[in-house]
Amino acid sequence: MDIIDRRPNPHGKNLENRRRVLQRARSAVQTAVRDAVARGKIREVGQGNAISVPADALHEPSLHRVFSEGTREIVLTGNREFSRGDRLQRPPGGGGGQGSGAGQAGEQGGGEDSFRFVLSRDEFLDLFFDDLELPDLLKREISTTENGVPARSGLSNEGAPSHLDLGRTMRRSIARRLGLGRPKPAELLEVEERIAALEALRPASPEELEELEGLRERRGMLRQRLARIPWVDPVDLRFRRYTIMPQPATRAVMFCIMDVSGSMTERMKDLAKQFFLLLHVFLERRYKKVEIVFIRHAESAEEVDEDTFFHDPRTGGTIVSSALELMRTIQRERFPSANWNIYVAQASDGDNASSDTTRTASLLRDDILPAVQYYAYIEITGSGAVIRGETDLWRSYRAIADENDHLAIRQVGDRKEIFPVFRDLFSRQRDTAEA
Amino acid sequence: MDQIISGGGTPARSGGLLYSGNDWNFQTIRDCYDAIEEIAHGELGLETYTNRVEIITSEQMLDVYTAHGMPVGYKHWSFGKRFIGHENAYRRGLMGLAYEVVINSDPCISYLMEENSATMQALVIAHAAFGHNHFFRNNRLFREWTDPSDILDYLEFARGYIARCEERHGQRAVERVLDAAHALQNQGVNRHSGARKLDLKAEQQRAKERRAYEDSIFNDLWRTLPTEAGGADGAAEGGDARRLLGLPEENLLYFLEKNAPRLAPWEREIIRIVRMIAQYFYPQPQVKMMNEGCATWVHVYIMRRLHELGRIDDAAYLEVIHSTSNVINQPGFDMGGGASFNPYALGYAMMTDIVRICTEPTAEDRAWFPDIAGNGDAIGTLRHAWAEYRDESFIQQFLSPRVIRDFRMFRLSDDTAQPYLLVDAIHDEAGYREIRRSLARVYDPGTFYTEIEIVDVDLLGDRTLKLEHRTRAGQLLQARDARQTLDYLAALWGYGVVLNEVDDQTGAVLATHTAGPAQ
Repeated sequence: MDIIDRRPNPHGKNLENRRRVLQRARSAVQTAVRDAVARGKIREVGQGNAISVPADALHEPSLHRVFSEGTREIVLTGNREFSRGDRLQRPPGGGGGQGSGAGQAGEQGGGEDSFRFVLSRDEFLDLFFDDLELPDLLKREISTTENGVPARSGLSNEGAPSHLDLGRTMRRSIARRLGLGRPKPAELLEVEERIAALEALRPASPEELEELEGLRERRGMLRQRLARIPWVDPVDLRFRRYTIMPQPATRAVMFCIMDVSGSMTERMKDLAKQFFLLLHVFLERRYKKVEIVFIRHAESAEEVDEDTFFHDPRTGGTIVSSALELMRTIQRERFPSANWNIYVAQASDGDNASSDTTRTASLLRDDILPAVQYYAYIEITGSGAVIRGETDLWRSYRAIADENDHLAIRQVGDRKEIFPVFRDLFSRQRDTAEA
Repeated sequence: MDQIISGGGTPARSGGLLYSGNDWNFQTIRDCYDAIEEIAHGELGLETYTNRVEIITSEQMLDVYTAHGMPVGYKHWSFGKRFIGHENAYRRGLMGLAYEVVINSDPCISYLMEENSATMQALVIAHAAFGHNHFFRNNRLFREWTDPSDILDYLEFARGYIARCEERHGQRAVERVLDAAHALQNQGVNRHSGARKLDLKAEQQRAKERRAYEDSIFNDLWRTLPTEAGGADGAAEGGDARRLLGLPEENLLYFLEKNAPRLAPWEREIIRIVRMIAQYFYPQPQVKMMNEGCATWVHVYIMRRLHELGRIDDAAYLEVIHSTSNVINQPGFDMGGGASFNPYALGYAMMTDIVRICTEPTAEDRAWFPDIAGNGDAIGTLRHAWAEYRDESFIQQFLSPRVIRDFRMFRLSDDTAQPYLLVDAIHDEAGYREIRRSLARVYDPGTFYTEIEIVDVDLLGDRTLKLEHRTRAGQLLQARDARQTLDYLAALWGYGVVLNEVDDQTGAVLATHTAGPAQ
């Protein structure tokens, strides 16, 4: 008998098969993932996600019989009170329970439950943001890079002793010594011992004298070679080489700005929440650390926590510029643009005090846009602020958006539209793909 | 069982304790194995393949489950699906992992989980490495249908072959064939003749020849011409061709491998691989109850003997009793957990009962089992049963009134025309034979395999493949599944497929399923 300890063997034999399942059920999984996101809280999305997909997507059909009518016999155990001839009520649910269930379930088509996955965070987000990309992310990122980190980049012939690659150096040294035929020190020792032994012999026979002569010659040769061919030669040396690579900033801050004035209804806030949530999850995938700042405004702006942000109603007029000013102040104080990637998402019903719109536009154009990575504005339609099909705010933002690529504006009317709009804002740019 | 049953062999020696407490190491396992082997071979006269014991973690056990206990397998999403299913059930605590998994191969591999206590390891060795192993080696079904010496090498070959196909032809193309072949694998076995021996060298050789042939006929000029299918078959006359094609044929995969006109050689090889593996697993469900009963009976016997010989202490023996009684628990029909029979419980009870009949029969036993009652050779009788029966015939032959009473079995007659279920047999004199007959039928392979035959190919017309399912009203194929499976079949066949469900008695067509040719 053999006992084999398999515990150290590689685990996860089925990871590849698991991946294939996800791939197979991709569209179903994607729908499920998006549903999960729609239900979750902003900060929780993407953590420990169990999702269910309908078993249909992974059904394996086969040819098999089902009982639907006629007679059959069933043998069961555990009889306590029945005697022959007893008549039993069929169990409810079309005779489920006692094994006739198979027939019923079969008729309903499949009868399998939904299939539950636990996705890793990466899998989850990958599926969620299948083909989305922040525009020009890389370029802007590198331009805001502060510091670099050393990265391995091959070998070099010179360098600091601490970078010496001992393994490679010795490999080359051995190869060189073998190639040039450097004698082993042990060989010299052996010859020397033999010489000493022969010299000690007196009188020595002529053959021994001859051997002694030969050995002395050999000793000379060995010594010479040993001296000439070094153990480690400078040509053997190999050093690990490092290059300083720019390190993209891995931190991002996301400002959520929302109008909470009386004209924003709960439904509108809910739509805005969906949008903020998507943006947050998206940024989380890209950056190691994402901070969120919630700024709400009516006549004046204030920074609040998430709960207050979404659930605490306020009333009053609307002055958008107050929020932009506050955002700019917070950003200057806490999130210098050299170290942070800055994203702003603003949601509003487009309502603004008419005297403020000009100020808002200039603030946005001259002060904010140059400092941020991306600015997304969504306007929730259905308010009373619409004049000739568009609001004042929308009109002024649109003019700016025409000139600035990283200001994106969209109108949203319904919950269903949130995700398409989001995709639209962040999808990989068509023109670059086609070029 | 109070007295020691004599198997006619040499009783094992007694000795000191093999271990104490829960901890084990490799020496403990080896000592236990040797002590168990002495009893298994000496007292019970078991014949086993060489054993190999492998220690694995629970995570690896999940992998093993997924592949039906096979240590190597090719890649396919359906295994991933199974894996996720097991993983979910395990994580949520719905399913405990088995203490062991054993593979019908030579050498016989038993997997032991590292979390098991020393007692459990000993129990598992007795159960798997001797009980199951003896059954695999001696039962007629396994002897005729599977070739344990080559299966591991064959699986290795299959994995390599399919991986190479994926490289050459792409994962999608391979998956298409595998999906289809998997759907048909229950109709991919030869039921009426044994499997031929696997010969790995020949398999590899054939694979290589297929490749070489494929390369040699590759010709850019012809490649762009529409495929002319059928070849010489097209010219043959109907009846003649049917004979040439070997119709009717119950093994759909075999037929496709040999005759489907549009398949590339590598696709045929993949179909063959699925077919060979299906064939290998074919006997397992037919002897599951006996196999588990045999292993359980053997481990109970061996562990009791170890205790009697002073090799394990009382605490360890209590653990054995506790664990065994969990395994052989049979809940009543209304206790939840489904109404099906626990194969461990039924198998163990019947085997224990055979021992009782052989050693201390009652008058009833003498009337029911005149040829074995009181023959004094309990172990010989069991060994004979393990070798020569499958579940169906074992129940038909050996289910005694005593076991029927112990399980308090009863029979329900379910007639969908009636608004009620009728109890038409219980554990009394009039009911024993009825119950035994019905229970045996549950284990009849004819009831759990759906037999479908290819009866004809329209060779002179559009090459539609005609299949037949002989059944009776009310027992038709699940329609949606049938349609999807036929789509797969049509994809492999390359032309249309028609499946008629025919009444066994009257010959009337009860239902028809069709699938169009693949695009």
